[in-house]
Amino acid sequence: MEMETPLTMNIRPGRRPPDIAAYEKNGGYRAVRKALKGMAPAEVTGAVKDAGLKGRGGAGFDAGQKWSFVPMGEDAPHPKYLVVNADEMEPGAFKDRLLLEGDPHQLVEGAILAAYAVQAEVAFVFLRWEYRLAARQLKQAVAEAYSRGLLGRNIIGSGFSLDLYLHISGGRYICGEETGLLNAIEGKRANPRSKPPYPQTSGLWGKPTVVNNVETICNIPHIVNNGAGWFKGLSRSAEGGTKIYGASGRVRSPGAWELPMGTTLKEVLEEHAGGMQEGYSLRGLLPGGASTDFLTPAHLDVKMDFGSVEAAGSRLGTGTIIVLDDRSCPVGMVLNLERFFARESCGWCTPCWGGLQFIVQLLGDIEAGRGRMEDIDMLASLAGMLAPGHTYCALAPGAAEPLASALRFFREDFERHVHQKRCPWKHA
Amino acid sequence: MVRIFVDNKQHEIEAGQNLLAACLSLGFDLPYFCWHPALHSVGACRQCAVKQFRDEHDTRGRIVMACMTPAGEGVRISIDDPEARAFRAGVIELMMLNHPHDCPVCDEGGECHLQDMTVMTGHSRRRYRGKKRTFHNQDLGPFVNHEMNRCIQCYRCVRFYRDYAGGSDLGAFSLRSQVYFGRHESGVLESEFSGNLAEVCPTGVFTDKSLKRHYTRKWDMQTAPSVCMHCALGCNIIPGSRYGSLRRISNRFNGQVNGYFLCDRGRFGYEFVNSARRLRRPLLRKAGGAPAPVSAAAALRRLRGIIAGCRGIVGIGSPRASLEANYALRRLAGPDRFVSGVSDGGQRLARLAVRILQTGPARSVPPGDIHKSDAVLVLGEDVTNFAPMLDLALRQSVRQRPLRDAAGAIPPWDDTASRGAVQQRRGPLFIATPAAARLDAIATAAWRAAPAEIARLGFMVASLLDQDAPAAAGQGAEERTLAAAIANALEEAERPLVISGAGLGSEAVLEAAANVAWALAESGRPAGLCLTLPEANSMGAALMEGGPLSLAVEAVESGEADTVVILENDLYRRAEPSIVNRLFKARHVIAIDSLDNSTTERASVVLPAATFAESDGTLVNSEGRAQRYFKVMPPLGDVMESWRWLAGITPAAEAAWQTIDDVIGDLEKELPVFTGAGLAAPGADFRIGGQKVARQARSYSGRTAMSANLSVNEPQSPADRDSPLAFSMEGFQGQPPPPLIPRYWEPGWNSAQALNKFQEEVGGPLRGGDPGKRLIEPARRRPHYFQQAPGPFSRSAGRWLLVPLYHIFGSEELSVFSPGIRQLAPSPYLALSPSDAAGLNITAGGLVELQTPAGFIRLPVRLIDALPAGVAGVPVCLPGLEGIVSPGIFAGINAVSEGAGGA
Repeated sequence: MEMETPLTMNIRPGRRPPDIAAYEKNGGYRAVRKALKGMAPAEVTGAVKDAGLKGRGGAGFDAGQKWSFVPMGEDAPHPKYLVVNADEMEPGAFKDRLLLEGDPHQLVEGAILAAYAVQAEVAFVFLRWEYRLAARQLKQAVAEAYSRGLLGRNIIGSGFSLDLYLHISGGRYICGEETGLLNAIEGKRANPRSKPPYPQTSGLWGKPTVVNNVETICNIPHIVNNGAGWFKGLSRSAEGGTKIYGASGRVRSPGAWELPMGTTLKEVLEEHAGGMQEGYSLRGLLPGGASTDFLTPAHLDVKMDFGSVEAAGSRLGTGTIIVLDDRSCPVGMVLNLERFFARESCGWCTPCWGGLQFIVQLLGDIEAGRGRMEDIDMLASLAGMLAPGHTYCALAPGAAEPLASALRFFREDFERHVHQKRCPWKHA
Repeated sequence: MVRIFVDNKQHEIEAGQNLLAACLSLGFDLPYFCWHPALHSVGACRQCAVKQFRDEHDTRGRIVMACMTPAGEGVRISIDDPEARAFRAGVIELMMLNHPHDCPVCDEGGECHLQDMTVMTGHSRRRYRGKKRTFHNQDLGPFVNHEMNRCIQCYRCVRFYRDYAGGSDLGAFSLRSQVYFGRHESGVLESEFSGNLAEVCPTGVFTDKSLKRHYTRKWDMQTAPSVCMHCALGCNIIPGSRYGSLRRISNRFNGQVNGYFLCDRGRFGYEFVNSARRLRRPLLRKAGGAPAPVSAAAALRRLRGIIAGCRGIVGIGSPRASLEANYALRRLAGPDRFVSGVSDGGQRLARLAVRILQTGPARSVPPGDIHKSDAVLVLGEDVTNFAPMLDLALRQSVRQRPLRDAAGAIPPWDDTASRGAVQQRRGPLFIATPAAARLDAIATAAWRAAPAEIARLGFMVASLLDQDAPAAAGQGAEERTLAAAIANALEEAERPLVISGAGLGSEAVLEAAANVAWALAESGRPAGLCLTLPEANSMGAALMEGGPLSLAVEAVESGEADTVVILENDLYRRAEPSIVNRLFKARHVIAIDSLDNSTTERASVVLPAATFAESDGTLVNSEGRAQRYFKVMPPLGDVMESWRWLAGITPAAEAAWQTIDDVIGDLEKELPVFTGAGLAAPGADFRIGGQKVARQARSYSGRTAMSANLSVNEPQSPADRDSPLAFSMEGFQGQPPPPLIPRYWEPGWNSAQALNKFQEEVGGPLRGGDPGKRLIEPARRRPHYFQQAPGPFSRSAGRWLLVPLYHIFGSEELSVFSPGIRQLAPSPYLALSPSDAAGLNITAGGLVELQTPAGFIRLPVRLIDALPAGVAGVPVCLPGLEGIVSPGIFAGINAVSEGAGGA
């Protein structure tokens, strides 16, 4: 039996995405009609909960559970908001782009369903500003949905109303942080907010708000259409559904593929990415984007689901793998990543803005041959300072993960830099 | 109460706090930066990390930020935990990555919270070898100096400036370790509270620019508790002096008055004390001749002669002089010949305010409680310019209602969450004034009308709250709707407040305000009333019940009195020159004042008075709170406290009044309304362990060297008969009773934040109670409503009703002698509505001639959009406009030249 790929079934590389007619012809907006006419909001939430859909933005929090924290009923504060986080800015991640550019109506349909489930009357799609093509496709799709009565007042006569706005980000990584994003929409500095309170109770403009990732939202129509049992059956692990995995680095065919949740690292890299390029071998990999811990060739049998990757000492994150090969300098790679995180720190909490400035200086010195042995310990201690809970949001702990794991797996490479007073990968 | 465990020791604390506040209140030294007792927690700096344990069996624990963690029942933490200590030292190390090693040349050095916290965590060695980030600094105007390289990104400045004080021109720019706190470009900071940045900033980014011009380290400043002289709110201050000049003003906490902050006029208005216009020697002026300086002894001899031989004395008191000085004058002149020294209109207003507070059921609200009000009606007052700290308080009060609505899951100390939940929602604040006010931007409704209409609105609100209160007939629909909204908001509030006062110069408006507050009280609400008055001791002067100025003129012209004694008062600011000139027909005019002015220039005898910085005294603020200020430095040369000059020429007083306590004691006996005023501070004979309280810090330097150019013998420190404070580093250095606190300092806490150690609970009252003694309490009886609402305002053809406009910088007499304040004072103008200006064929900047009883003045026109037709605004008391007009009169205006347009 051919593998089911509900998220990408409408996506044809190199071709324009389906317009609303084509989308509907393929069964699109059937879930909206089903839910808005025949299901109570709680039933939609229930279906998503039963499916066990884990948030695809990186943290893997149960989506249905997240919705269930939104105050419902007559006394609930209004307006409520749904925000689709399309600010895909993690280095190495490009899975949401595929969905945004390839099948924008799927996202719109998912957003309508999610908004209906939490009874939100306003939805925002918060889009990375470099995604110009996605912006065009989305604008088109939203306009079409409005013209067919799928957005706006009294959607398809159901009594449910929703306005959907496309908000294009100012272009900073921190804007993709759930609460920094809310501040950005409000026109404030995109500093994250402290939690509690969670956005579900006090989010945009102090009102109940749900923030979901693009891929998460795109799963909703299929769950509503086909049910939790079907969704769980798609996967090869305890966590349901498919997952869009990606691979970048010196693999033969970098790309993104919708595969059953729980596909092994080995299968993604060898069968889909085509293995390493000629003359390169695998040294290590970041399984879920730049802010996850390194894994090594010893981990190739790890299933790529949230629980298994965590058990292996890293995080599934976005599921987009960055490959480190044996002819690239691990120190240089980590320096490159840390420069990104340091540059993108919002400047709110000291361990983040200060720690990352310090880390970049130390890594820069080591890479340039000016490093000292004690710098390596200093790096480890700084990475420890950026642990979860020590900082205000997850940016700094995310930045610490590749560093701490690189120090664990590639310590001898750091030491060689110090001993040789130069980067061993660079020609003298 | 809940129990928490800190390093395995149990403590009982108030419920509902965060762990940082709780630990500081318990006396623990836990370092912090972004937290501030008035700005609360945001969790940015991560400096207050502690280890929290699940229970007594948990040995691993986890690092949490104390400021963001509720101190709930059974919470178990360790401050001493090695991992927590290392983390805190690590955070300081990161703060120091970019911080310059310029402490020796930094104005903050020696009172720097960053220095204190660095020492507290033990971080001492730099490991960072990279470049420090650097910035360009900005010129932020005359008050605040900017040195961004020192910034540690704690965000306190913008949180105070924007979130708390409502400013918009200071922001956080850029990101990562390069966040820039400044304006979009150099320029004068717009907020009236910008000076607080110097105290809010934990290091030397924002410092006091006035101090910079005559810099002295905190430990080298001689300091004493004092009270601000620049409006009637009576904010508590700590002035600092060195070498006989005043160097700066810092905040002195008083939870009942000003809390943690001051306005810029209060903070930077002090330099009049150092002014070149100070009178330093007694002057005798022969008729028509130049003034001749004489010694104090010679002046007193001459004066005693005058007094002994005169036919009668009229004493003209002053609302900017202490109770003691006013009373001393009253004793010299006699109660019947003692005049309050304000304009007749001003006196009627002040008396009316006293009557309202004394005879009605509405309580005069301590300024320090105004921020808790949850519905406010402002009738007629431009508080930002007239009583500036009310502006800051009202900016907090509008958050009360939405905060209450948002409460529940969000603890009140969680500032980000609170602001996220409250957003732009604001509780009720209604403002009715003739011209646009700064607070309009946060008001539920801002209504522009002539004073009579403002009063009518008030009468209407009162009549809606209580049927027995008289209404104003013939209101329009708009006014009725507004009045109903106001009445409704006040009625629903838990702490409703009515603010009015003397600013607009209208008795009807004051009466209307009283009716509103009384009607609220009648309907069982805890009605608060705040009546503003113009000067530091306006309330004290009103309570002393002197006669009107006209009485003095009559006494001189009738020949009953041939000698006039004018106390700390430039009468040319109060009344038209034609009236004041008539006083100078007296044989002797004796002026006692600290600065040369139009009155002292004409007096036959001038006695150099000590300013607040060189004298002690009691002031009664507009709330009715008696507060004592103390000498910061001894008066130099022949300068003396006004009351001492007066005692020296009052035969009965000379022997009886040895110290200021004797004066206030006699005052309390003679005028019972002042009973308790002497308790505002401990008396002169108060000692702690036999010691006086030292005005100089332990580390005060140069004692033996300061006057070595004059004599190598160390001079004896000046005696201070009047207070329990000593001009010395010898004496009590601990925590004295609150009215005597000369500075905030504790071992390890050199910055202003040492204040934490002077409070039982951080943010709460001072240990021993906030200073001051209330002299006025409401009467518990049914109010006698003011019955007569004014008729509607009707403009008269060709004439304009003059209303006073105030400027925080410029309208107040003494502060304009500070260069910074003078720089920001606008030049004189006349405000007209655009339609009235068009009727006169004049545009902005055009010249008009204003016809006043004092004569004709030419003024450029400023257009104010919302000004009602037929009303012209006069910026009273600006340099160049002193005493020109009395508000409430109608005056003619003629166009002189059209103006350039625009502007």
